Amino acid sequence: MIKHLLSIDQLVPDQIDLIMRTADSLREVGTRTIKKVPALRGRTVCNLFFEPSTRTRISFELAAKRLSADVVTFTADARTSVSKGESFRDTAQTLQAMGVDAIVIRHSSSGAPVLLSKWVDASVINAGDGLHEHPTQALLDLYSIRERFGSFEGLRVGIVGDVVHSRVARSNVKALAKMGAIVTLVGPPTLMPPAVETWGVEVTTDLDEVLPKLDVAYLLRVQTERMNEKLFPTAREYAALWGLDRRRVAMMKPEGLIMHPGPMNRGVEIASEVADLERSIITNQVTNGISVRSALLYLMLGDTTGSDEDPEEDIDG
Amino acid sequence: MDRVLFKAARLIDPASHTDETADVLVFDGLVQDVGKKLTSSDAEIIDCDGAVIAPGFVDPHVHLREPGREDEETVASGSAAAARGGFTAICAMPNTDPVCDNATVAEKIASQGRASGLVEVLPAGAITKGLLGEELASIGEMTMSSARVRLFTDDGRGVQDSRLLRSAMEYIKGFDAVCAEHCEEETLSHAGQMNEGEFSSMLGLKGIPSEAEEIALARDLALAHLTGVKFHALHVSTAGAVELIRAAKARGLRVTAEVTPHHLVLTDAELVGYDTNYKVNPPLRSGADVEALRVGLADGTIDAIATDHAPHSSEEKETEFELAPPGMLGLETSLAVVLTEIVGAGVITLPEMVERMSTGPSRVLGLGGHGGPVTPGGSANLVVFDTQGQWTVDPSRFVSLSANSPWIGRKLKGTVLHTVFQGRLTLRDGELLEGALV
Amino acid sequence: MAVPGSPQRIPSGERVKARVLESEDMSRALRRIAHEILEHNKGIADVILIGIHTRGVPLAERLGREIEEIEGQMPQVGAIDVSFYRDDIGIRRPKEIAPTELPFDVSGKTVVLVDDVLFTGRTIRAAIDALVDFGRPDTIQLAVLMDRGHREIPIRADYVGKNIPTSANEQVRVHLAEIDGSDEVVILEGQA
Repeated sequence: MIKHLLSIDQLVPDQIDLIMRTADSLREVGTRTIKKVPALRGRTVCNLFFEPSTRTRISFELAAKRLSADVVTFTADARTSVSKGESFRDTAQTLQAMGVDAIVIRHSSSGAPVLLSKWVDASVINAGDGLHEHPTQALLDLYSIRERFGSFEGLRVGIVGDVVHSRVARSNVKALAKMGAIVTLVGPPTLMPPAVETWGVEVTTDLDEVLPKLDVAYLLRVQTERMNEKLFPTAREYAALWGLDRRRVAMMKPEGLIMHPGPMNRGVEIASEVADLERSIITNQVTNGISVRSALLYLMLGDTTGSDEDPEEDIDG
Repeated sequence: MDRVLFKAARLIDPASHTDETADVLVFDGLVQDVGKKLTSSDAEIIDCDGAVIAPGFVDPHVHLREPGREDEETVASGSAAAARGGFTAICAMPNTDPVCDNATVAEKIASQGRASGLVEVLPAGAITKGLLGEELASIGEMTMSSARVRLFTDDGRGVQDSRLLRSAMEYIKGFDAVCAEHCEEETLSHAGQMNEGEFSSMLGLKGIPSEAEEIALARDLALAHLTGVKFHALHVSTAGAVELIRAAKARGLRVTAEVTPHHLVLTDAELVGYDTNYKVNPPLRSGADVEALRVGLADGTIDAIATDHAPHSSEEKETEFELAPPGMLGLETSLAVVLTEIVGAGVITLPEMVERMSTGPSRVLGLGGHGGPVTPGGSANLVVFDTQGQWTVDPSRFVSLSANSPWIGRKLKGTVLHTVFQGRLTLRDGELLEGALV
Repeated sequence: MAVPGSPQRIPSGERVKARVLESEDMSRALRRIAHEILEHNKGIADVILIGIHTRGVPLAERLGREIEEIEGQMPQVGAIDVSFYRDDIGIRRPKEIAPTELPFDVSGKTVVLVDDVLFTGRTIRAAIDALVDFGRPDTIQLAVLMDRGHREIPIRADYVGKNIPTSANEQVRVHLAEIDGSDEVVILEGQA
């Protein structure tokens, strides 16, 4: 398995399949009374969070603990200028000196995990960098889709909302395309990324037209805290044109799924009662997050041989 | 002073339309003789063995960082880097600390240039006080000073206020100086980190659209037409900008333009990997822009190759992408990059390269004594370079105090062998003269 | 699926040195082990067979069926994957993890772990650690088809199909019809 997970670009479909299958086993561990196996006993995973996030941080923490790894959390403030606060490089060198095995990093600057991976011996996992990527979110999303549909080939997935500011969208577009799904981006033109025609996806502003064809409606949070400019008139108008309400859900295929990376703005991109429907697998996504992140930690830290050979079967009986 | 006789060189001198084998005799700061099979009883003989001898390169766009950031570069170290790169004259941008917006700072920089004695250092003056874009700087005072400033720019920024720029241009014209602009419309480029396009989109970095440069350039050209000032477009980077300059020249405007080696070779694809050594302003653009810049260089729309040599310390560059300052080194790699990637690709010929790196920039700056012609009685500001020697760019060998170069690790062809400044060898066999580095 | 009768999964470069168990030998051995389990535990009350992935699982199922033929009742059969409990994580590249299926309580029961080959004993150690995370069996016993010696940990089997002396660099491969297409046990020449 790769040493660092910085972007979905690094994974080929076979590796994604391996992560999914390993996650199946870790999910089973999560159903036991003792939700723990000793596989990564004595290893240390550091959560390095420059942006606040309770959900992702706890998810990684539980994932590491499921494998008996130790977890430490390092919350730091992202710098606004070069002269303020400890430099990123100094923080990295401190962690290097502390000898952790893996660093899970969330940072407001795109590319920060790439930089970190040059400064430390530990494995680096990108838990969200600026507007760039959130690879483990895409993996747990794929896993959740697989749980219901089994495969991705030809599956139609619509990603709805603030795509331009969404690292979740970027990772998911790549991951879904890699596995053979067909992606459509839906939302106001001002929230679509520049040069989106190079992304290999369909783009539309008309949610009602595309909804009946979708197997999955993936809703993005409307990120008011990220936007400095007014890119659409009001939350009410957004909800009217692109919010998933009861009327729109009725237009979906019977097996169509509703997904959301969380946290939700109930009443804006998703109506409150819709979030709680059976076809909305938002809470499954959360559960699966632990299994998938656990699988990733096991595969990344459990295989430090760097060898490509298939392991011998049963030679240690 | 000693006589030096360069034998059996290929003399390329655009100003006299020369490209032939020749010997060049240098004495007392001047070219004494040019011809075939020259002899001299007491001259030091340097056998060029077919290497090119040409008027020393002139760089109209360099950042020397002194005063203010002497940790990144000084007038002395920058001059040394220039001499190593085959330059005999450089124009130093005014975004120092304090800003070069008055005669005192300008004279200080010029005198430090004279003290290090390796190249002619021409300080450029700011257009506005403190580069704030609000009030005119002491333009007249700077032109009249012993620094004899002849080019004004707010480089690092463009002047955003049109009325202020118009006044500045009229004023600058009065002194027959050049108004040079870093064309950037700041409301469009705001918070941008790289070229806006498919790469910025996928990398999750805010983009700077080509229009930010083109809108400012179009406005500047219109004002240049209105005021009649000599106008120079700094580091042109887009296809649209090349078209605007071509059209302006066709209409007879007194416009010149420069392009950097990196904009002629590299595209925004290099930013994948977030290496801040590729972060620069104006940013690396698309393949189509690179192509248009090459065409513009070949057909004379672009008059000069300028490095925009911009040293930055490693703490400032090795950091989060948004926090890293834009800029790359250029003086020590310029010749090799242009030879390998531009002449080597057939975009321009070797004589055209010399023209764009020497004669053209001299003309842009209105600088006598550089850029040729290499004829008896002319100033001896020369460069001797070979076109075949292969080398790998290694930052530990830079004489610049900084190491932020995008060419590190690349194999390039072409080395500067000797540089002659006012008749003295500042660089001999690739080594700086003793005591050049302080 | 593999063609019956032809050896499978032999990496190129390894030669079959000897075939030590044929199909009928295997059936007889399993039948005998089934009798021994019943004799030792005085019947199948509270006896659970747990196969260790990969080949211990079909063996456990076969033992279960043998026991059913003798006693008229099928014991509970489960499967366990010990990848998460191995002592060589990080040293050797992990093999694919298979599902652990223990849909019953092991506490207070007689658990018979089933595996194909007993060698260093490390896999069994891992299996015991995995098992005690699920509950507290009354006793844990071990049934293996082949015991090839060279223990590195103080583990011994209660029921053995066949003992074969081997040298450490030889490889013992058990092939089962369910996975490999045929029933046999072969010794492969060690790799130089």
